[in-house]
Amino acid sequence: MSVKIKVENLTKVFGKKVKQALELSNQNKEKDEIVRKTKATVAVNNVNFSINEGEIFVIMGLSGSGKSTLVRLLNRLIEPTAGSIYLDNMDVSKLSKNDLREVRRTKMSMVFQGFALFPHRTVLQNTEYGLEVRGVAPDERTKIAENALDRSGLLAYKNQYPHQLSGGMQQRVGLARALANDPEILLMDESFSALDPLIRGDMQDELMDLQEQMKKTIIFITHDLNEALKIGDRIAIMKDGKVVQIGTGEEILTNPANEYVRRFVEGVDRTKILNVEHIMSKPRAIINVDKAGLHLAMNRMVTSDFPFLILTNSHHEFLGYITDRDTALAIKKKGANANYKDIVKTDMHIVALDTPIPKIYRYLLSKGNLPVVVMDNNAIRGVIMRRNVIELLSSVAQEEISEVV
Amino acid sequence: MSSILAILPHIDLAGKVESLTSFLTTAWSPLFDGIQTVGNGMNDALTGFLQAVPPAVFVVVFVLFAYWINRKRKSFGLAVFTFIGLWFIYNQGLWPAFIDTLSLIIISSLLSIVLGVPIGIIMSKNDTAQAIIKPILDFMQTMPAFVYLIPAVAFFGIGVVPGIFASIIFALPPTVRFTNLGIRQVPKELTEAADSYGSTEWQKLVKLDLPIARPTIMAGINQTVMLSLSMVVIASMIGAPGLGRDVLSALQRAQVGNGFVAGLGIVILAIIIDRLAQRLNKNIKN
Repeated sequence: MSVKIKVENLTKVFGKKVKQALELSNQNKEKDEIVRKTKATVAVNNVNFSINEGEIFVIMGLSGSGKSTLVRLLNRLIEPTAGSIYLDNMDVSKLSKNDLREVRRTKMSMVFQGFALFPHRTVLQNTEYGLEVRGVAPDERTKIAENALDRSGLLAYKNQYPHQLSGGMQQRVGLARALANDPEILLMDESFSALDPLIRGDMQDELMDLQEQMKKTIIFITHDLNEALKIGDRIAIMKDGKVVQIGTGEEILTNPANEYVRRFVEGVDRTKILNVEHIMSKPRAIINVDKAGLHLAMNRMVTSDFPFLILTNSHHEFLGYITDRDTALAIKKKGANANYKDIVKTDMHIVALDTPIPKIYRYLLSKGNLPVVVMDNNAIRGVIMRRNVIELLSSVAQEEISEVV
Repeated sequence: MSSILAILPHIDLAGKVESLTSFLTTAWSPLFDGIQTVGNGMNDALTGFLQAVPPAVFVVVFVLFAYWINRKRKSFGLAVFTFIGLWFIYNQGLWPAFIDTLSLIIISSLLSIVLGVPIGIIMSKNDTAQAIIKPILDFMQTMPAFVYLIPAVAFFGIGVVPGIFASIIFALPPTVRFTNLGIRQVPKELTEAADSYGSTEWQKLVKLDLPIARPTIMAGINQTVMLSLSMVVIASMIGAPGLGRDVLSALQRAQVGNGFVAGLGIVILAIIIDRLAQRLNKNIKN
């Protein structure tokens, strides 16, 4: 494997008192303290690494760790204070304006967190942008851009504007725009962070597939360890502008370089940090007693195959629940006079939004198939079924398996 | 206390400005004469053209245009207003004055845009330029218009050109400010995207900054047009023809009725231009 990018002593300090700030940073002083003393921010401090050709290199860190600055130093959207960036032995940090523009046009393309699609251009025009500024003839660039869109399954949307697409589709356009340039290197700055978890997972899979086929060198910035472990061939963990560890996911999990990395890695067990709010689903088996009578309730249970219905009123308060068996009996006995009051039960478990997940395990065990109701401000916010918890646990278990393997 | 303030001798600023103006008037007179000739030529050409159009044709064109830009909303209000307004101006015998005013506004607005947009662009790209230009704009807008009418007459003589000059000084700032603001408000990530794909400064300006800033710039231009309209009465004091002159002469002779009618003519023109411009801007936006 040949080295594609080599970064040496790369440093960025925002502000004037550069030397002083760096000195303090090298004494491991906190960021806040350095800012207070020097009014300068050490965003990236003496970073060294090399990235192999065809590798997905993940730079991971919390917000403020300097990872977004670091990726912008690579294509000099931000000018480095010191240090070098070698791309195939060419020092990017010393390029003239024109040469740098040429590198950006042909060798490095960037995908942004907020998609950064041009709102006044159609999907196709967005995808063409890189080729357009490079001076590729209109016919040819349209063909290339359409190809790129076709690969992401977006060709049908080529004449739409970005705001007409969902977030996931917008980011696919962002990726297509980058790939239309056929760059050697893809810079991805938290590219999937703004997407919801399901779409995010899909995009991660797609990126890995793409990597298999196209063998680009990808530098991927994220704050999410799970994402880093999933897609990264190697991971660099940053803290306060410094790289604290570089290694494969396996190495980082089994052999964390310091306390900071270990704390990060421990966070992987998600049942411990998530609470019910994160896994609850929207209640579907629910009926508003102010609007629907018992016969309608029976009808809902039969047609939707619900064994029970949660009762609520127009203020979303929890009134209890009814079972299909009780309802059927009540209707049989009283006919049109049958009323909710005769059969309502209230022995469902109710928890608050911030209840940790392990606390509700026994509620789910004790009560047959009944869900646990999540309430906030006297209103029903969601329900948790056994299914929700099992889904969560199985995703954690899968990660653990892949970590061991 | 007054003795402390009186430590420095009196500064003769008035005298300095006076001598500077008279110096400029003589030293730069070829330049000013040139501007005057070109300005008069432009104005005469435009006025001549507009006067040559029969009023009926003019009204029909404007009404159709007002209908056309509102066609998607199926609303006839603006077209009806345009018709009644222009007919009223004709009916009151204000048509020639109306044409004079219209061409004064067109010329001073066009010049304001031609000067203002590039200045705004420079301001948005350079913080130093912004720091220098901003106070000048404040100065231009707050200095009472009568004050710069005097040098305007000294430079350009009596007539329409000093009127245009005064209008531009008063009406230019919104275009500059809004262009600056619009470009500075382009989201940073979009600028980064344009940069990261290797755009030149010019490509970034044409393909990103100006399209994104367009609605803001148009709002500034609209204000510029309205402000130059508000200068027509003042411009008429130094000999610019038009509705302003009618207002002025009514004022001098205490003719309430004539003054009101001519003033109403200006208001009608303002409303028509404003609504047309806003609608046009909205149409392009969608």
